[in-house]
Amino acid sequence: MAEKAEKKEKAPRQPMPEQAPKVRARNFEEVPLGYSPETAIKEAVRCLQCKNPACVNGCPVGVDIPGFIGLVKEGEFAKAITRIWEKNSLPAVCGRVCPQELQCEGQCILGKKGEAVAIGNLERFAADFARSRGECELPVQSEPTNKRVAVVGSGPAGLTVAGDLILKGHDVTIFEAFHKPGGVLVYGIPEFRLPKEIVFSEVAALGDMGAKIELNQVIGRTITVDELFEEGYDAIFLGVGAGLPRFLNVPGENLIGIYSANEYLTRSNLMKAYRFPEYDTPVIKGKHVITLGAGNVAMDSARTALRLGAESSSIVYRRSREEVPARAAEVHHAEEEGVQFHFLTAPVKFLGNEKGRLTGMVGLKMELGEPDASGRRRPIEIKGSEFEMNCDLAIIAVGANANPLLTSSTEGLQLNKWGYIMADEATGKTSRKAVWAGGDIVTGSATVILAMGAGRKAADSIHDYLSRGW
Amino acid sequence: MFKIVRREEMSGGTVILNEIEAPLIARKAKPGQFVILKANETGERIPLTMADTNPEKGTITVIYMVVGKSTALFKSLAVGDGYQDTIGPLGKPTHLENVGTAVCVGGGTGIAVLHPITRGLKQAGNHVISIVGARSKDLLILEDQMRAASHELHVCTDDGSYGHHGFVTDVLKSILEKNKIGLVVGIGPVPMMKFVSKMTKEFGVKTMVSLNPIMIDGTGMCGGCRVSVGGKTQFACVDGPEFDGHLVDFDELMLRLQSYCGEEKECYEEFCTLKA
Repeated sequence: MAEKAEKKEKAPRQPMPEQAPKVRARNFEEVPLGYSPETAIKEAVRCLQCKNPACVNGCPVGVDIPGFIGLVKEGEFAKAITRIWEKNSLPAVCGRVCPQELQCEGQCILGKKGEAVAIGNLERFAADFARSRGECELPVQSEPTNKRVAVVGSGPAGLTVAGDLILKGHDVTIFEAFHKPGGVLVYGIPEFRLPKEIVFSEVAALGDMGAKIELNQVIGRTITVDELFEEGYDAIFLGVGAGLPRFLNVPGENLIGIYSANEYLTRSNLMKAYRFPEYDTPVIKGKHVITLGAGNVAMDSARTALRLGAESSSIVYRRSREEVPARAAEVHHAEEEGVQFHFLTAPVKFLGNEKGRLTGMVGLKMELGEPDASGRRRPIEIKGSEFEMNCDLAIIAVGANANPLLTSSTEGLQLNKWGYIMADEATGKTSRKAVWAGGDIVTGSATVILAMGAGRKAADSIHDYLSRGW
Repeated sequence: MFKIVRREEMSGGTVILNEIEAPLIARKAKPGQFVILKANETGERIPLTMADTNPEKGTITVIYMVVGKSTALFKSLAVGDGYQDTIGPLGKPTHLENVGTAVCVGGGTGIAVLHPITRGLKQAGNHVISIVGARSKDLLILEDQMRAASHELHVCTDDGSYGHHGFVTDVLKSILEKNKIGLVVGIGPVPMMKFVSKMTKEFGVKTMVSLNPIMIDGTGMCGGCRVSVGGKTQFACVDGPEFDGHLVDFDELMLRLQSYCGEEKECYEEFCTLKA
């Protein structure tokens, strides 16, 4: 036994095959190519099948990780995906965009001494297998309850709520303001990281289970929350996302050639501007591109710029490498592709020409001081260290503020001082009866999986309410 | 699909009216609000302020000038065809109140947007004086409707082919000199709104303009429609589309409207070649 365990530990983590950096930096195809069945089994064999699996504790939606990996090991791929679906309706998405190193894989016992099991890669493998074969069993749905639930927003939080409640037999309608479902998964995350076809297929799976999807409906404008109740909905979940992009408030910020990351990515991803003029929406293709910020959205922007033909693409971040909030894999991929990082640099102003177009940015060097409220060391300006950077496109990726569109049209909804909806952490309940909220409109900009975790809690609470009352 | 139930050509075919079936939007829309239209799968999202709504019939009306590929594509749609996507009503409605005497100034297709606001101001009990302008007589739209919605209507043409020979600001000036005006609403090309606002500022008369910058989502998410108003950045889609004309940075808006002139030309030329 001891010998066998030792042998398992020694097996190396199976690397994910990827497109070569130089090639992929110029196309929009997905970067990682996915495991083959043989590789997936090799990786699954590494799992120790712990009795008290720490990885499951690290998963915000509590997927039975050893369970599904055990099935992959046996070659039972179809059963593996059914096991995941019991807890996660978006595995093809999560396998690609979760920060596994901070969650499941971060807890993996193998990771203490060596490399953690590649849980994300295996989840992705099982989901992709299901999608390509289409022969997998959907989890069992409960008898119809005849209770109607409105889910506002079809991003990760909303889709999770819809997936959970449809399984429990409720009548679910999802309302989406855009002309395509998926929220940030479609407008925000680029094709090369999450192919849109995958999102649409996961949404279609919800449709197959009976969820209705209403596109082009801006709740708060087209229909209000009160009107949804009048129409007979028994419960409403609000997962509308954070919304208003934050700008830097430095001079020159409205020059042509300065985008919020939301706008840049929405043009490229949702509107498919990277295929202009086949698609009608244009996007400015900079030669020298600067992205302000260092989160996942900033990495997505800087990498998109390369694919749109930029000669140079730089990340400008006022803190140091250690504080970078992006997922490790994204930073790694960006660096491999040639994105340059300028740490400890803050923007002072943007420079333009007589046509109002961006020509450069003045930056200022920073140094790290004492830790601030966020626990990170506060960047302090180095006086007189201004310098100029040449650029014709700048993308502001420094987060978002709460969008007041829905909250200002809904009475009885308590907001915090930043305008985010106050919701109970354990249940997602808001101050208004039969209304729940979750995702970025509660927490401010965060990750896909955290929004899904909030969706899971809210779905449990909604089910409880529909069965037993508020 | 959002079906077109009525279609008219104006200004010699350069301006198109579409009445579109959109019952949910028609039920809710108020003067000053806009919709976003997208013709087909590969199309752009184009914001257009509504010219009219009919809640009983469940329709909305937009009037637009054909200026590029997307509007040319819109123009190619016949009665019975439809828009793949229609989203709205978006933006804040016009604040309609009784200020005594109001002056409504419209130019080009801006008159289409101005019309429901003019009607609303009259219904709110105002004495309404309207001034509408166009480059020449055959380019003028909605003259009869504007006459019906106002107590007094003045027409101007740049070439003198009809009404006053000159700009709307000429007529506006004489009205401001002779009357006590509570509010001026100016909707039209950006230079027109700029000069209307400049003039009313001299007279100290509150002025409202309706802006139509480039936008994508129309719900506050992209920030593409940002405009400087009183030195502060505002989003036309959620903070507007109407703003205090005395505070808007029109020069910046004019530059920003040129963001994609190169790409627009490329796209339009390809479209025209394909159609030919």
